[in-house]
Amino acid sequence: MENFTILHNGSGPVALHSIPCTDYAPFHARVAGRLAAGCHCAHYFAIPGAGDTLIVFAVLLDDTAHTVLVSAASVDPETAVPSLTALYPAMHPFERDIAETTGLRYTDMPWDKPLRLAHDRADRTRTVDNYPFYSIEGEALHEVNVGPIHAGIIEPGAFRFICNGERVLHLEIALGYQHRGVEKLMTATGNRLRQAMLAEAIAGDSSVAHGRAFAAAIEQLGDAPASNAPALERTIALEMERVAMHLADTGALCGDIGYQLGQVACEALRTVTINTTQRWCGNRFGKGLVRPAGTWYPLTPEIVELIRHNMTDVKRRYGEVSANLHATPSVLARFEDCGRLDPAQAASIGAVGMAARASGLARDLRASHPADAYPELGHTPVTEEAGDVMARLNIRCREVAQSIDHILALLHEASDGGTAPPAPDLERPLMPSALAVGLAEGWRGEVCHVALTDATGRIAHYKIKDPSLHNWLALALAVRGEGISDFPICNKSFNLSYCGHDL
Amino acid sequence: MFRTKFRVLRSHGIQYIKRLDEAALPEIFRGRPVLTDPAEAAHPGDPQNGDAPTHTAGGDDISGPGACNGSTTRPGMTPGELAALCPTGAITATPFSLDLGRCLFCGECARRAPHLIRFTNDYHMAANDRRALVITPQTTALTPDPDLVRREITRTFGHALKLREVCAGGEGSTEMELGASMNVNFDFGRYGIDFTASPRHADGLVLTGPFTENMARALELCYEAIAEPKLLIVAGADAISGGLFAGSPAIDRRFLDRVAPDLYLPGNPVHPLTFIHGVMALTGRPFTGKKRKR
Repeated sequence: MENFTILHNGSGPVALHSIPCTDYAPFHARVAGRLAAGCHCAHYFAIPGAGDTLIVFAVLLDDTAHTVLVSAASVDPETAVPSLTALYPAMHPFERDIAETTGLRYTDMPWDKPLRLAHDRADRTRTVDNYPFYSIEGEALHEVNVGPIHAGIIEPGAFRFICNGERVLHLEIALGYQHRGVEKLMTATGNRLRQAMLAEAIAGDSSVAHGRAFAAAIEQLGDAPASNAPALERTIALEMERVAMHLADTGALCGDIGYQLGQVACEALRTVTINTTQRWCGNRFGKGLVRPAGTWYPLTPEIVELIRHNMTDVKRRYGEVSANLHATPSVLARFEDCGRLDPAQAASIGAVGMAARASGLARDLRASHPADAYPELGHTPVTEEAGDVMARLNIRCREVAQSIDHILALLHEASDGGTAPPAPDLERPLMPSALAVGLAEGWRGEVCHVALTDATGRIAHYKIKDPSLHNWLALALAVRGEGISDFPICNKSFNLSYCGHDL
Repeated sequence: MFRTKFRVLRSHGIQYIKRLDEAALPEIFRGRPVLTDPAEAAHPGDPQNGDAPTHTAGGDDISGPGACNGSTTRPGMTPGELAALCPTGAITATPFSLDLGRCLFCGECARRAPHLIRFTNDYHMAANDRRALVITPQTTALTPDPDLVRREITRTFGHALKLREVCAGGEGSTEMELGASMNVNFDFGRYGIDFTASPRHADGLVLTGPFTENMARALELCYEAIAEPKLLIVAGADAISGGLFAGSPAIDRRFLDRVAPDLYLPGNPVHPLTFIHGVMALTGRPFTGKKRKR
């Protein structure tokens, strides 16, 4: 494994000078080689190097060896270079981001489009108003634009459909409306509390997952003893976030097909779940629960008992809802064989998380790169083969049960007593000129944060990846050939994050 | 099919909160904070308030200056230290005050200086004057001032109110809480208040998020599409002040230079009960009993 620095999840920071940095051509070849050998890309980004050069970093995950591979290259931004996207479509969001923010040109980029129209983009003439939507000429075809503001209480994004009658031929998704400049704000402050809260605000429905990835990166850079980390609290919080969002999405899917019983039953169950989180940490979304090197919210005997009681009840009642959905023909008729993403497509676009697992791709950091309490849980990913809306619903039904089993097992351990976790440490100095990778399997999938420090130990670059970055293309492919009226249930079945993508 | 349906119904039971006006949140919920005048505060280092879980391992293992504001982590920070700690600059040292339009309710200040700041579980936080959100040790409640409510709001929207929500950079949690206020538990729809799919069907706009530059035009178009008279509600610290994103170049908040909000709802996110009580107070609705005489 020449020219890659090999890490394990959470194994520590890497000194920047020790990361192999070559010219672009050998870098391109070795990254392509690792992707061909079955690794997938967790992050790929550019930062300014010496003089006018750029340094690109690739962070690859090897699921079978359970390793994290890091490599770099120095690139002259004036010279166009061959893209990785032409070989591996999964690389498209990363290379579009690099091109958009640095102005680097690719000789063979198949989808040279804005990614999120970041404020600091190289070409300010590209705006949300002149996004170059793909178009097909033809008298039988028409285009439908949806957004950026949608009909529900959800985030903005523009969808452009090309339809033949009611049938969708092509969907293009233009994002960037939610761009707030999170990555830049992370580096603009030395206030660790502010950084932790920015991480929680990357995507509010995944506060725990992003908070965890941030804490992982900071703890490694700060050389915080891993044995002190509140592993039980973090794992239980992450699984409760997964349960809450799977319940919300099951309810929303039922709402979109007019099945009110399923909708209201899931709304009530989600309320129980997030109110339990609120009783634990004072916030229904778990904000404030995960902080670097500790937590303010230990699992007290009362909280252990409350979570045990409520999660046991949610598991039983959600099991009843699941049985009812599977026994209701009008539900099955809408969900089955709709919005199919086949396994080959899922692999080719680099799908992650529950969307990948619904298409037979067992990609799950809890199993491949376990941290916190996951090694002892021996997590086995839940997979489905069909790749349709029903498969994504089935993943939710099965993962809720699995997550609650994990929670109950960990609560058993927590109730055995033991020492309370330490208080958060917001002031620990960070290792200078180093890089650390923070990973977490959120309910949507793989969250990856990469922090790079400068010579004084300040965070100089902070790169964030929400699983939605990979999976938005999955939605666009899944609706091809479907009736446009089935778009809402296809969309809900993925429930991707706009703000997590746009940052 | 019917058997499974009855099982779900039986377990579901009755879910709605019968008396929204009497709903209470657990002690640990971080709602309206209470400030103590530094001149009158008890000696620093006194036991923490009851909301905070006790901790065996405190800040004692933390020493030396760090990358962030190098100050002690023991209880007993001064107002000046709290101002430097606050992630959104919500705290002003002199005169001692806390801007709920910026506060993210992380509770860190109350842990570091329990003798100065304490979070209560009071979710009644709504104002129709931006300045009222800046609370001082004298503040004991935060409700809209009836004298400042525009007359057409009580006259036109006292019976039914349809709202359109626009998210402009919001991270999704306040949006989910607004949705939750219409769910089977909170059932805000019982008072004739609902969210619409189109601004053309709406009486007002609820804004969330810090107002991104890329959403500025769409936001403007949506507001213009609502017929007069209309009201504007800004929900959450991001919407009120920009929150964590205030000062980011990717944010464009000029919309608020042209349109003055009728209601400010603090929170991170805004709790459904904060939203419900804020809108009820603004439109002069009673929760129960006969309709108010006009």
